[in-house]
Amino acid sequence: MNLLIYVFKRILQTIPLIIIVSFLSFFIIRLSPVDPLAELKMNPAISQETLDAEIQRLGLDKPVIVQYFKWGKSFLKGDLGVSVTGEKVADRLMERIPNTLLLTGFVILLTWLVGIPLGIFAALNWKKPADRILTVLSSIGMAIPSFFFALLLLIFAVKTGWFPTGGLTSFNFSSLTPLGKITDVLWHLVLPVTVLFTLSLSGLQRQMRGNLLDVLESDYVKFARAKGLSETKVVYKHALRNAINPMITLLGFEFSSLLSGAALTEFVFQYPGLGRLVLEAVLKSDINLVMASLMIGIIMLILGNLIADILLKIVDPRVRV
Amino acid sequence: MKNEFLSVFSFKEVFSQLIKDKFALIALIVLGILYLSVAFADFLAPYSKDFSDRTQSYVPPSQIFTIDEKGHFSKPYTYNYIREFDEETYEIIYKLDRSKKYYLNFMNKGEPYKLFGLIGSDRHLVGVEPEGRLFLLGTDINGRDNFSRLLFGGRISLTIGFLALFISFPLGMIYGGISGYFGGKIDNIMMRFAEAIMSIPSFYLLIILAAILPSNMTSVQRFSLIVIILAFIGWAGFSRVVRGMVLSIKTQDFVKAAESYGTPKLRIITKHILPQTISYIIVAITLSVPSYILSESGLSFLGLGIQQPDASWGNMLKEAQEYINIVSRPWLLTPGFLIFVAVLSFNLIGDTIRDVLDPKSKVR
Repeated sequence: MNLLIYVFKRILQTIPLIIIVSFLSFFIIRLSPVDPLAELKMNPAISQETLDAEIQRLGLDKPVIVQYFKWGKSFLKGDLGVSVTGEKVADRLMERIPNTLLLTGFVILLTWLVGIPLGIFAALNWKKPADRILTVLSSIGMAIPSFFFALLLLIFAVKTGWFPTGGLTSFNFSSLTPLGKITDVLWHLVLPVTVLFTLSLSGLQRQMRGNLLDVLESDYVKFARAKGLSETKVVYKHALRNAINPMITLLGFEFSSLLSGAALTEFVFQYPGLGRLVLEAVLKSDINLVMASLMIGIIMLILGNLIADILLKIVDPRVRV
Repeated sequence: MKNEFLSVFSFKEVFSQLIKDKFALIALIVLGILYLSVAFADFLAPYSKDFSDRTQSYVPPSQIFTIDEKGHFSKPYTYNYIREFDEETYEIIYKLDRSKKYYLNFMNKGEPYKLFGLIGSDRHLVGVEPEGRLFLLGTDINGRDNFSRLLFGGRISLTIGFLALFISFPLGMIYGGISGYFGGKIDNIMMRFAEAIMSIPSFYLLIILAAILPSNMTSVQRFSLIVIILAFIGWAGFSRVVRGMVLSIKTQDFVKAAESYGTPKLRIITKHILPQTISYIIVAITLSVPSYILSESGLSFLGLGIQQPDASWGNMLKEAQEYINIVSRPWLLTPGFLIFVAVLSFNLIGDTIRDVLDPKSKVR
């Protein structure tokens, strides 16, 4: 029950945030000099009436503030509007969101499975050669630009032919067996996941190492050692629990940074995810599409933080509501 | 809170620690070489950034010979490439034109330039006669020298982050300072606004802002607006940390003393409180330069940042987006290596500075 109230409170807190963000982004996009109807206007087959109807439909003839409220009203009703190409925004998003969730989900899972043990390992071997090597490797991992790394992997894929060079499915996807479909998707995920995994692994490993080192110096760990507890017990039973708490908070933020990082990687690998959709929409000044995908991105971020907070509350009951 | 753990900033101590650390020393030297090379780009580059020979598009790096055909040592020389179309494989091939040797001349006479906009000269470190072509790292689609453009592009890529820092850090400091010092409602409203900016996935915000730039701007205008955009993304997160520190500093006695003299509030913030955060700021600055470099290159890579004909490492990599280019023209990837090297060096230096100023933090 306590937890439910906490969740409810947190959701209430995010409402003003969502309003400010949507307001801000709406105005920024409307400043764009790109005419959303430019493509239609160039087409001689499109009559003036059709153009006027489009302007009416997108509300382009009204002042920006009116447009914002019009957009906000329909957004609350669950109607995300129509994109400049005439498709329903909701349909396009539904097509992309699962793909992005698949990609980021995979990456987060893998980073945690590998990053946490590596961080612990480095902390326990503090200043020994193994730790030094990991530090150097993580420095390198943090410094590679994601798109450059993606390009390098692309060369590898083109040269060896071992991996597909883009997209999420092969051209013969619909004729594959269910098992074949899963392997096909996984096959396409290998390279983008590798890029994002490398980037987030380095940060996570360092953070975990730092946290554990801090905790290992605290008084209660010294006391546990003085009491004569075995080193394994001290580390895994006492120190680790406190070292992992800040990591859970980080999980929420990781989600947002992955959304950002994924955009460039998606672009290089032609991956049909949210990041590429935003990029295409921004270039066409497709206001409904940009707004919708931004809002989805922010809601995903807030949800990520919320989940992290709830997890933290479960793991560490001392957290104040 | 954080302030109590940071030791007082002393440039001398930081510098001596940087030199002691092996990695940091290498990083310092690498960055030194990079910045010197881009500063003297006009002299070091055989060509200007706009020099283009349309007959020489996608030419591989010039081969430099030191042993001539008779097997004798010779002054280094190179041959020009000829583009030929192979009618059997339908590929363009590049052959050496062995009919004429071009000797490499030091202090070669080439295109005139003005070093730092002051000293006029037409001497370049290395070069060949006007009819010869010296492309140390090949050329791009327009037959422009990749090596020269790397040097000129580095000017933009390596400075844009620093310029953005000059805007985002003062802004974040003042914003966080005011928010933390005044507290209450002001603090609440200001922090909600900063959080709103932070909660937009930064790269989405970056491309939205870059996309609203009109296309008919001069390159200087575009450059400055991109600096402002980068700064706009970065200040919010920083201001939150500053605010947290200000909250704890403002309760200290020296602030109370200044208040009792009737010092204006803005002066208390800028002269008494903010200087206390200097150690954290130095660490944050060195650690955030690389993220600005990465943002700029990502933006230019997508075609939203620095535009042709200007060069930046990001927009030079744009050509590598085509499969054929990355597989058969690997020299087009060199800007990526330079971004990597620069970012890695900044990270290593930043880590060392943090270790010196914040000995409690072991996150290395």
